[in-house]
Amino acid sequence: MKGSRIVHSIVACVMALTPLSEVASQGFAGLASGAEGFDQPRRGNQLSFPQDHGAHSDFRIEWWYVTANLTAQDGRRFGAQWTLFRSALAPGDKPGWSDPQIWIGHAAVTSSERHYVSEKLARGGIGQAGVTTTPFEAWIDDWNIKGRQGTSQDELDQLQLEADGDDFSYSLALATAKPLVLQGDNGFSLKSASGQASYYYSQPFYDVQGDIKLEGIDVTVSGKAWLDREWSSQPLATDQTGWDWFSIHFDDGSKLMAFRLRDNDGGFVSANWISADGKTEILKPEDVRMSPSRSATVEGRAIPVAWRIEIPSRKLSIQTEPLNEQAWMKTTTPYWEGPIAVSGTASGVGYLEMTGY
Amino acid sequence: MTAAAFNVLFSHWRYRPLQLVTLIMGVALATGLWSGVQAINAEARASYSRAASILEQADLSQLIARDGEGIPTSVYARLRRAGWQVSPVIEGNHRFGTTSVRLIGIDILTMPEEGRGFAVSGSPDLVAFASGQGQLLVSMNTAARLQGVTQIPLRISPDLPDDAAFLDIGMADRLLARNGVLSRLIVAPQNPGLPALESVAPELVFKSGGQANDVASLTDSFHLNLTAFGFLAFVVGLFIVYSATGLSFEQRRSTFRTLRSVGVSLQSLTLMLLAELLMLALLSGVLGVALGYVLASTLLPGVSATLRGLYGTSVPGSLSLRPEWWATGLGMAFFGTAVSASQSLLRLWQMPILASAQHRAWAMASNAATFIQAVGGAVLLGAAILLALLGHGLVAGFAVLGSLLIGAALLLPLALSTTTMIAQSLSRGAFTSWFWADTRQQLPGLSLALMALLLALSANIGVGTMVSSFRQTFLGWLDQRLAAELYVTARTEEEASRLRDWLPGRVRSVLPVWNSEGEVLGQQIQIFGVADDATYRDHWPILLGAPDLWDMLATKDAALINEQLWRGSDVGLGKMITLPGGWEARVVGVYSDYGNPKGQVIIGLGSLIAHYPATAKLRYGLRVEPERVDMLRRQLVDDFGLPDENIVDQASLKRQSRVVFEQTFAVTGALNLLTLAVAGFAMFSSMLTLSGQRLPQLAPLWAMGLRRRDLALLEVIRTVALWFATFLAAVPVGLLLAWVLLAIVNVEAFGWRLPMTVFPFDWLKLGAVALVAALLSVLVPVRRLATVNPADLLRVFANER
Repeated sequence: MKGSRIVHSIVACVMALTPLSEVASQGFAGLASGAEGFDQPRRGNQLSFPQDHGAHSDFRIEWWYVTANLTAQDGRRFGAQWTLFRSALAPGDKPGWSDPQIWIGHAAVTSSERHYVSEKLARGGIGQAGVTTTPFEAWIDDWNIKGRQGTSQDELDQLQLEADGDDFSYSLALATAKPLVLQGDNGFSLKSASGQASYYYSQPFYDVQGDIKLEGIDVTVSGKAWLDREWSSQPLATDQTGWDWFSIHFDDGSKLMAFRLRDNDGGFVSANWISADGKTEILKPEDVRMSPSRSATVEGRAIPVAWRIEIPSRKLSIQTEPLNEQAWMKTTTPYWEGPIAVSGTASGVGYLEMTGY
Repeated sequence: MTAAAFNVLFSHWRYRPLQLVTLIMGVALATGLWSGVQAINAEARASYSRAASILEQADLSQLIARDGEGIPTSVYARLRRAGWQVSPVIEGNHRFGTTSVRLIGIDILTMPEEGRGFAVSGSPDLVAFASGQGQLLVSMNTAARLQGVTQIPLRISPDLPDDAAFLDIGMADRLLARNGVLSRLIVAPQNPGLPALESVAPELVFKSGGQANDVASLTDSFHLNLTAFGFLAFVVGLFIVYSATGLSFEQRRSTFRTLRSVGVSLQSLTLMLLAELLMLALLSGVLGVALGYVLASTLLPGVSATLRGLYGTSVPGSLSLRPEWWATGLGMAFFGTAVSASQSLLRLWQMPILASAQHRAWAMASNAATFIQAVGGAVLLGAAILLALLGHGLVAGFAVLGSLLIGAALLLPLALSTTTMIAQSLSRGAFTSWFWADTRQQLPGLSLALMALLLALSANIGVGTMVSSFRQTFLGWLDQRLAAELYVTARTEEEASRLRDWLPGRVRSVLPVWNSEGEVLGQQIQIFGVADDATYRDHWPILLGAPDLWDMLATKDAALINEQLWRGSDVGLGKMITLPGGWEARVVGVYSDYGNPKGQVIIGLGSLIAHYPATAKLRYGLRVEPERVDMLRRQLVDDFGLPDENIVDQASLKRQSRVVFEQTFAVTGALNLLTLAVAGFAMFSSMLTLSGQRLPQLAPLWAMGLRRRDLALLEVIRTVALWFATFLAAVPVGLLLAWVLLAIVNVEAFGWRLPMTVFPFDWLKLGAVALVAALLSVLVPVRRLATVNPADLLRVFANER
């Protein structure tokens, strides 16, 4: 689910604030009936790989999303983000410049002192950005995620990540032998009480080796990485104002994915406990308590940068602290995204994303 | 003391307001014409560079194809994937109905903000821009012209020049049928540590931003032309100032002497006079700049019409106050005042303290000076001939013009004094003899004004002859060129195809007007295909060519090129030229193509279709019997369903072309007239100066019994005689000028040469205008003379002199 808000608002900002139906009524070529021209996620649909690693151009929005918690040899901590969003102005592919697909890339590196951000935009159909499945490659300009040839079972098991921006660049090798994790109901992830949903799977088990370069200085790093894949056609419910999302690597190898969609009411909470062997347990919404414990002023607004998360059924009570409070993504649509450290009944590292503040 | 002295000096102007007005008007007129012309130039240049920076993103660096053939999209993707921050542009001309618009297709996602051509004011614009039906971003004027001829939604962007539209690259690709071939790539600023271009895309070359654009160099000639006119006017204006300051110094000689005698040092006297001049220069400079503004605002619409007509560029008709012209205008006012007053100041500096306050009538100038001047003039004329024979380029052309004009002007005094000498020797009576001698005696004082008159008159004759020759040739050429009775433009290829089926039987012949665009000999030019039709054989204006050129065009790889392309390159008849797509054609003819700033090539229709199958086939010329034109037009609208605005008849096309032509030279005409007015004013101020000094020379005649009325009449006769002599001299100089304009300057500036035709009736008109100016200029002095108080004449004898 993560990123849905982002890509939605990016597309809104870059392309239009116009509701889709209105855009459609202006007459997309080949779009007969407004938003319904796009495909919708269906419960029970079996995901199949490697095809589903690729783009689903009949769906409106999609992303390939990697976050990495990294440590240098001297103990300094860093975070890295690599994201490719796809947003369709109309369903389907068309050759050349008439392709209705828009691609958006976000890359970031976070240190305790500074948060480095870069953004790229591209149209589909011309080779500037896209995704191939065998071998796997997702790219926009000179940023890319490439599947490395090896004895891997899945095309995503061995990945090489490259991105750069002003004053930063990174090159990271991701590797895992563990299986993909299907979120929600076998990859069908419900997004709101009113039934909006997406296809959503993850690979949270990567070990990372690589280099980051900050202001001209190379740093060798290692750590953990998490990949999210999600596609959907549904905009968020209109009453949903924002979004707090956690992905946590606990020291014992288990993982937690939890998000809260904020609305005027109690919000919509969803969480998934992933054990070290890849088994998932969907937590009951009422069993997950997320509350801000400290706010900081970021870009002139109050952002809850530290959080308390309690899951009584698992006797979990943890506190999250950001590596850098100012992890503000100054992109076309700005949001907060950065690495966190977790302490309490369990410890670990992770990523926090907050939108709508 | 200083204040008192200054007050004394300045009181002179209180008693001679006319002189003050003359001085101020002189500087103001000179400055006004100069800064007006500069204002027009500055506005136009600013507009070109704005247009270039908006339409061609000229401030940004770009990548273009080495072979000029366009850039495949795959090369763009390759560069992007190598980290090059480039953004693609697809551009070209597209016809909506009968309106041709330059389309600039951009990719909004990668185009740097400064290359977008419009302010991104609020994001909702962008979806409309880049998806669905898309959007054409156009200026207000263009929007008005496109209204109703396209289904694409229009959005007005005040930043954009006319006749251009920004649109999404995807739509530009479709409309221009480019199949993904890009015109150029914009390189975004700040690209750190990239792989070298040669290793990523060796087929492209880098063109750094901020380079002079085509339009600016294309129109250079026009602006040089205006500047030359402005400068001419300025020089003429300076004659006025020269005589006015000279007079004011002359008349204050006694004042100077008195002031010096009572203890004012030469230094402080000079400083005071300088301060006075400075004040006058400032006052008249400001006045001149204001005058320049008014002048430029009045002329600018004409100039923009000219530029559109000649070069297809778009300059807005409104003027802004730019420091580059008002500051230089003021500077010129100071400079001009300083130059014209320097001689008088020098004289003051050299004057002995108690020199008698004798009036140094300007007539004291020696024959030697006239002779030296004449030698200078002859040298300049020689230089003009040499330059005309050996020089190249526009600057050489204008140098020929300048040397010719100034040389002729410098020779004028000698010519006039020789004439009067001959006249004197031929005259019998003492009175006539005195008349000619006196005239000659006055020549040095009048010579500057007469030189100004000569410059103005010959410029008028020269430019007038050029324009009239151009008009005559152009109208004849229009008749040849626009041979078809009706021109129609289909809205779509489908409609065009229906039209091709519908027309036969209803018209005598159908002449497709199809063209492609591409690079030939390093220029981006249009390539037309012509049908093998008698219309072309009978009418097309061929300058050079084989007798069977139309047969060769229809059957072989042959091409006609226009005069511009022919003169601008070394491609002659029989040579091969390489056309876009890499095929070669033999040049079999050269045709005249007035009003087109660019090169053009004509090939056979078959070759056009074979080599450029994507060419739009929308436009047709139709040959019908003249009496059937109206009926066919009705049928096209009612039966066939073509909108009336897509049909143009020959007569209205010609009318439009004539209007464009007339507008084109309206500015030249206005400047001409103004220069003449300044020259007239110069004449007036010289007469005024002289009349004050001439009393001592006239008093003895009066004493001998000549009536004041007769004296006045003699002045008039003298003026008319001098005017007539100057006019006679101006005719050959003007004709030479016209020849230089037609044979040198126009060829360099426009790429075509026109035959010269002489229009003596125009000279008569001009002569009459100049005569009126001369009579007006003599009116005030003569009135003064006719009514001078006899006591004043008597006092001449009583005075100390």
